[in-house]
Amino acid sequence: MRVALQVTCVNDAMFPDTGKAVVRLLRRLGVDVEFPKAQTCCAQPMVNTGYFDEAVPVVRNFVDAFAGYDAVVTPSGSCAGSVRHQHALVAERSGDAGLRAAVAETSPRTYELTEFIVDVLGVTDVGAYFPHRVTYHPTCHSLRMLGVGERPRRLLEAVRGIQLVDLPQAEECCGFGGTFALKNADTSIAMGADKARHVRDTGAEVLVAGDNSCLMHIGGVLSRQRAGVRVMHLAEILASTEETQGESSGPAVGARAAGA
Amino acid sequence: MPAFPTAARAALGDTQLRRNLAHATHTIRDKRARVVAEVEDWEDLRLAGAGVKEAALRDLATHLETLEESLVRAGATVHWARDAEEACAIVASVAKSHGADEVVKVKSMATQEIGLNEALEAEGIAAWETDLAELIVQLGEDLPSHILVPAIHRNRAEVREIFQRRMGVVGRPAPGDLTDEPSVLAGAAREHLREKFLRAKVGVSGANFAVADTGTLVVVESEGNGRMCLTLPEVLVSVVGIEKVVATWDDLDPMLRLLPRSSTGERMNPYTSTWSGVTPGDGPQEVHVVLLDNGRTRALADDVGRQALRCIRCSACLNVCPVYERVGGHAYGSVYPGPIGAILNPLLNGVSDEQTASLPYASSLCGACFEVCPVRIDIPSVLVDQRAQVVDSHRGDRVPKAEAVAMKAAAWTFSDARRLGLAERASGLAGRVIGRFSRTTLPGGRTAAGRLPGPAAGWTGARDLPAPPRESFREWWARTDGGTHDDQDGSGTATKGGRS
Repeated sequence: MRVALQVTCVNDAMFPDTGKAVVRLLRRLGVDVEFPKAQTCCAQPMVNTGYFDEAVPVVRNFVDAFAGYDAVVTPSGSCAGSVRHQHALVAERSGDAGLRAAVAETSPRTYELTEFIVDVLGVTDVGAYFPHRVTYHPTCHSLRMLGVGERPRRLLEAVRGIQLVDLPQAEECCGFGGTFALKNADTSIAMGADKARHVRDTGAEVLVAGDNSCLMHIGGVLSRQRAGVRVMHLAEILASTEETQGESSGPAVGARAAGA
Repeated sequence: MPAFPTAARAALGDTQLRRNLAHATHTIRDKRARVVAEVEDWEDLRLAGAGVKEAALRDLATHLETLEESLVRAGATVHWARDAEEACAIVASVAKSHGADEVVKVKSMATQEIGLNEALEAEGIAAWETDLAELIVQLGEDLPSHILVPAIHRNRAEVREIFQRRMGVVGRPAPGDLTDEPSVLAGAAREHLREKFLRAKVGVSGANFAVADTGTLVVVESEGNGRMCLTLPEVLVSVVGIEKVVATWDDLDPMLRLLPRSSTGERMNPYTSTWSGVTPGDGPQEVHVVLLDNGRTRALADDVGRQALRCIRCSACLNVCPVYERVGGHAYGSVYPGPIGAILNPLLNGVSDEQTASLPYASSLCGACFEVCPVRIDIPSVLVDQRAQVVDSHRGDRVPKAEAVAMKAAAWTFSDARRLGLAERASGLAGRVIGRFSRTTLPGGRTAAGRLPGPAAGWTGARDLPAPPRESFREWWARTDGGTHDDQDGSGTATKGGRS
């Protein structure tokens, strides 16, 4: 099976450790993951802001970059949702039958990371070790647009040493929403502040989610509040083992002390 | 009315409002979730409800003609109104022809939409709202903030104050010993309203549904005050949006099961009134039905957006919307607030004015509204489509907006991996500069930017932003051949030297 990593533009430019974690994790699970260098972005920022024409060449680049793979794996519920639900709209708008066909080919083979591990690889215990108090935020697009359901939780529950605590009102949006965070910054921050409060209420050391963009927002609010809670992508916890503990995977020593 | 972000900012600053809204929306949201969970075939019921409305819309013209024939046969007078002005003029002329200087009203979104109360007032006719929450809003000289719970933004202490101050000005005053106990407040409203019910010659209503083949109008309400308006006056005028039509009496079945659970979290609706024209000696002896377009045919012509006409005004989407919960209804600048308002107003009115054009962006696209909608309106998809309409309407601008320039630049960069690689190198450099000046370390050890100038200030006003890493993922992959060599610590972001 030829498997490609779609690292996402946000991870590529801002959170490369997530991509590295996916590579480590999938290799540990016996998958020889490739990184098609021609990839860029899923075009969601343009589509969700209403720039459909601008999205056309980006979607074209996506389907070209990932042509011929059996599976495209992305550590983002939001990007997987965009590929599966929005690429067809963009292709339709382009009026290009070739693009429509290519999208119909690529979209159903694109998986969010936990879908790929649970559904395609058939694994729920990935052999991870992460001895910390963790709370999980199900991001809106993975939850509702994609319907990943319990998959992330099942993977987390199988992690050795983890203390998984429930997040109050977990299913409520954090307020990121892509360009919403800038266009309606005040509302976005009000939503983020409530989410941050619920995270603090759990007493967790780490907030985990399957989307770095949402984590960048919630983490940014938590950091400004000096809450001392670290945000981590799910892939980094699943990639973590006893050998990697004490390197970059765990929460920094004393992080909770900072104004907590 | 200012654009949404500005109106929202003002609302967000009102901490009492935010407390009232959070309390009310969470209460009703939990209640809805409980009673919906009781219904085993809820998803089938949603599909049936969506199907009934979709079928009615698909052949709307025919159903409307059938409705008109049935109503006329039953003794009603049918009027067609293209817009708010025409509809208001019809109601005013009916009231005037009976010499009425006041009307009693059952809560109606359609009459609020057309500004009927204000139009009647201009003609010297007082319109008394008789729904308890509408009464609170009217007496408070306020605007409704919610479709179902118009006074959601008011707490009981505020209601007591409004009743004491205003009831006496427009009718029977509140009793001197008025407390803020809900039952005492309801008692005062009952006494105040009774006087108006018994005196009014003309009643005004909307309709939740209009059944084409039987010519039946349906009003669903919780208090019984609506039933008083529908039965006591000699003359009844019903203003009905043309999208309210369903084909047959049987079609009411899924709708009347979906509506109460979705709106008030009740298993069954307390008062469901139906009427067909005139019944000699019983109820109003003159019935007028005003079939209202006011932008609905415009919405019907929108391929993606037309599904919004399925809306049965249950307000479930308002109660789960995280944006509505924080800013309330007034920020939307319309009688239709929340997620449904964010799509309905642009559909009815177009996106040419700045305020309406800001509404499709008043959402984080979290999808909670679609999940609860009893008639499966895919609100997030309509929002995105309308954003495209807003963007397209500006494509001919002589001076493009900064956002359009930025999006074009982003699309150009994202269309080619080499361009993205160069942009990431620049971002890595910026990250180093930010790192030099940063005083903030995120938990986990990464440096963060503090408050940034320019467009980034929208982000960093209340949020820290991690400084971009020195090395992007693609650079790491190229340098280490996918992590197979020269990356012993597995954390390229911390690797000294990075790419060279």
